[in-house]
Amino acid sequence: MTVLSENTEHTEKTEPRSATPARPAPAPRRRKPLGTRAYKAFRVAALIAVVLFLVAPLFWMLLASFKTNVDIYDTGKSFFFTPTGENYANVLQRNNYFVFIFNSFWVAFVSTVLSLVLGVPAAYAMSRFTMHRSALVVLMARVIPGVSLLVPWYYVFSNLKMVGGFEVLILSHMFVSLPLIVYIMMSYFDSLPLELEESAQVDGLTPIGAFRRITLPLSVAGMATAGILSFIFSWNNFMFALVLSGSKTKTLPVAIFDFVSYASIDWGGLMAAATVVTVPIMIIALFTQKYIVSGMTAGATKG
Amino acid sequence: MSVLTPPRSAQSQPPSSRNADRAAGARENFSAWANQHRKWLFAAPAMIFVGVLIIFPLAWTLYLSLTDSQGSVRAASEFIGLENYVTVLSDVERFWPAVGRTLTFTGVALVCEVVLGMCIALLLWRPFRGEKWVRVAILLPLVATPVAVGMMWRLIFDPNIGFVNQLLGMVGIPPQPWLSGQDTALGTTIFMDVWQWTPMVVLILLAGLTSLSEEPDEAARMDGANAFQRFFFITLPLMMPTVIVAILLRGIDALKTFDILYATKGKGGGSFHEVETLNVYAYGLSFDYNQYGLSSAVLILFFMIIIGSMWLLTMRKKAVSK
Repeated sequence: MTVLSENTEHTEKTEPRSATPARPAPAPRRRKPLGTRAYKAFRVAALIAVVLFLVAPLFWMLLASFKTNVDIYDTGKSFFFTPTGENYANVLQRNNYFVFIFNSFWVAFVSTVLSLVLGVPAAYAMSRFTMHRSALVVLMARVIPGVSLLVPWYYVFSNLKMVGGFEVLILSHMFVSLPLIVYIMMSYFDSLPLELEESAQVDGLTPIGAFRRITLPLSVAGMATAGILSFIFSWNNFMFALVLSGSKTKTLPVAIFDFVSYASIDWGGLMAAATVVTVPIMIIALFTQKYIVSGMTAGATKG
Repeated sequence: MSVLTPPRSAQSQPPSSRNADRAAGARENFSAWANQHRKWLFAAPAMIFVGVLIIFPLAWTLYLSLTDSQGSVRAASEFIGLENYVTVLSDVERFWPAVGRTLTFTGVALVCEVVLGMCIALLLWRPFRGEKWVRVAILLPLVATPVAVGMMWRLIFDPNIGFVNQLLGMVGIPPQPWLSGQDTALGTTIFMDVWQWTPMVVLILLAGLTSLSEEPDEAARMDGANAFQRFFFITLPLMMPTVIVAILLRGIDALKTFDILYATKGKGGGSFHEVETLNVYAYGLSFDYNQYGLSSAVLILFFMIIIGSMWLLTMRKKAVSK
């Protein structure tokens, strides 16, 4: 959760370099800026290199998705070409990606909501009653290789005639979401002061009432963090859907994977498909940046 | 306490009875009971869910690993004791190379990600103009769908039309086979992993850096330590617990990497099993070859490797934190 506060920290450290190092620092201050020109230039160059390294491949994918396959094979047309929307039309209409988009969205949405319903109270109990061993059981799910669960699942669910239905996919994705949500919410509840609940109980609320009316409303940020991350992980999940989805419930990652099983790769279409999967999640990420960062780093700095 | 608050939650309402008073009484009783047992009432649903979905499959995997189950999961299988383990552990063609690849992949990727991640985190530590944009750039690989990322790299690393070989051509380096080369494939997939997951290490380390206290660093500066000395003797030791958390979180996922390997090289980790890690091997045994007994034995061994390395790291973290 530390990262959430970092914006405020940054504003307070624009003080000038002090000339006398021996002066006792009155206000809490950060290190003096490393002032030399060379360092500054190096830093700018390094930052640009980092950004290029991270963004260029995605940019390349985006470019290729607007190229015809002829242009993709023509190395002279790496950056200058006549853009075409044909790949997208192909992918979205002919290959029916709208169905896959819906499937991915639906599975991610339902599994996230259900995991929140199960996970938030559990995380609360585990945090307040320090149920470390119980927490360990739930967190085990993060460690176990998914394949070892897939064989038994496949057996049971195919006997129940559930393979190829949404229920199985949602259940299997909850298996990823639930531990994630419990993990994030536990560290959130740990950081939430007990006093508020206690005073609510003094004022006549039952413990459960205090949880519902005081703690839950205060935890909206934490639940947003957990929910968004769980949605992203579910959207990106490949292995479970590869085994457990049927033709009607195929999710986007599996659809993309199937794209290359044909004899020759339609690169333009493939890149358009890859863009269709990644762009929605990136847009969500841009608007929820703060939550994603705090979720990714939850519990990391407790020491 | 329960008398003061009318129980409102839907779950606390039993089916309506003829006698309203009795219903209200029952509701209050239930509310009192629920409040008293809230610890397990809250925790149990999630734990039962996880328990049913994990403990049972895990036990089943353990059982399967002791049988000769293959073909169809429904086909009869015989109990054969530890035979599968003997077969697997003496298999120098697929199993041990897969162990080697798993450890190489994880080890190299982790070292690159932590070193690179620390450098980038240090770059980002101090505020600067355009910080927002760099943060966005860091987030993008992190949330990108691994399968799509794999496809993207397939195009970029394509020996004939890929951009990487184009770039190399400009500086006069001959084209490399990358993913299609028997010796270069694993390295290329490691590179992909580094690209996608270094940002996560950066975020964790940055959170650690911002929570560090100023004084030790300030004191060292006054004593005349230069930037490198301060980093290696002050910042790094203080950051060790966070670094180990980052290694732990990333290491678990790196050991289990599947998506990009399967997306770029397909079944069996390529025709020469160039990138066949334990996870890919076990998946192939289970779902491409239906050798459930063998694959379960591989999975149990794999699981032990994961637990073992986690345990080692946790011990290390405890030692460092002291």
